[in-house]
Amino acid sequence: MNGTLDRDRAADYPLHRRAVVAELLAERGDMLVVAGLGAPVWDCTAAGDHPLNFPLWGAMGGAAAMGLGLAMAQPDRRVLVITGDGEMLMGLGAMTTIASQRPDNLAVVVCDNERYGETGMQLTHTAGSVDLPAMALAAGFESASAISSDNEFKAALPAIRSAKGPGFWSIKIKAESNPIGAMPPKDGVTLKDRFRAALLGPT
Amino acid sequence: MQSVEVDWTDANFSVLRDWEVRQVAYVPDAGHAELIRRCDDAEDMRLVPLTTEEEGIAVLAGAWLGNQRGVLLMQSSGVGNCINMLSLARICRFPLLMLVTMRGQWGEFNPWQVPMGQMTPKVLEAADSLVFPVDDPAKMGETITAAARMAFEGPAQAAVLIGQGVIGAKSFGK
Repeated sequence: MNGTLDRDRAADYPLHRRAVVAELLAERGDMLVVAGLGAPVWDCTAAGDHPLNFPLWGAMGGAAAMGLGLAMAQPDRRVLVITGDGEMLMGLGAMTTIASQRPDNLAVVVCDNERYGETGMQLTHTAGSVDLPAMALAAGFESASAISSDNEFKAALPAIRSAKGPGFWSIKIKAESNPIGAMPPKDGVTLKDRFRAALLGPT
Repeated sequence: MQSVEVDWTDANFSVLRDWEVRQVAYVPDAGHAELIRRCDDAEDMRLVPLTTEEEGIAVLAGAWLGNQRGVLLMQSSGVGNCINMLSLARICRFPLLMLVTMRGQWGEFNPWQVPMGQMTPKVLEAADSLVFPVDDPAKMGETITAAARMAFEGPAQAAVLIGQGVIGAKSFGK
């Protein structure tokens, strides 16, 4: 028994996470990216490792909050958080903290397969009634929407890259497992130092 | 008691000023109320109220990636909420200055505050944080000065534990 969760529907979602993230990062310009732990880290790295990616190998629940701190410190740069539904649910309070600060340069994208993908594809609350974009809107995000088709995704891309924030997108993706593939550096100090060097130059 | 309280808030505020702290993340505590008010009045400081203290670890990590310094204000019970997120500061060596007002430590009237209050220094040490207990209001200024230098020059995690000997034990008028 799993309460009211739907174990079948995400198997039929048409969008694939690797293609979605590759497209999100295809024209990244000088965007700053925070990737939540698990598959979003592998997806971002599959799209090309980059010094202005900060991939989280741990700190579950911290991705959106980290994006907030970065967006407030760098108000002239677009900050994109790419994370998963389980990671977002663990730090759900951050949604209200972000909405209270209202950074207009922050976009949060949840690749939502309704699963904890790293641990055996157990269902998350988004497989049930939980509507993350509705929660983001209620918290006070500037915009929030759910995306479930390629047409909707293509139409949303310009807004994800540049619309006034804070913006929130839940992209419903097929529940599938991908090979991990390329990994970003594991050393946290390396990740921090290369990010700051690429953003700030010598300090 | 009131004049002592103003003195150590002054010391804390001026250290935040000296280090150009820009993001002041907090879950409030009565002991931090005056400092929060002072930071709110400062044009170049941004108050970031949190829903849970662990958010602050991540917010301040992001701030440092973007070249801003921050501080996390919380009470001792909040340290318990931070444990896993402290690994972000440790593994990446983010500078992390934490000002922790103690409960459950000395003359506490509420026994529910005692377990986490007693655990606070042990938990921080286990997380590899530097720990600076202060029980004498006269030592507040030099302690936060030392902690901030080691946090930001390290970089390191540094927690100043502001004891109930400094802030007084909360009485709720009893």
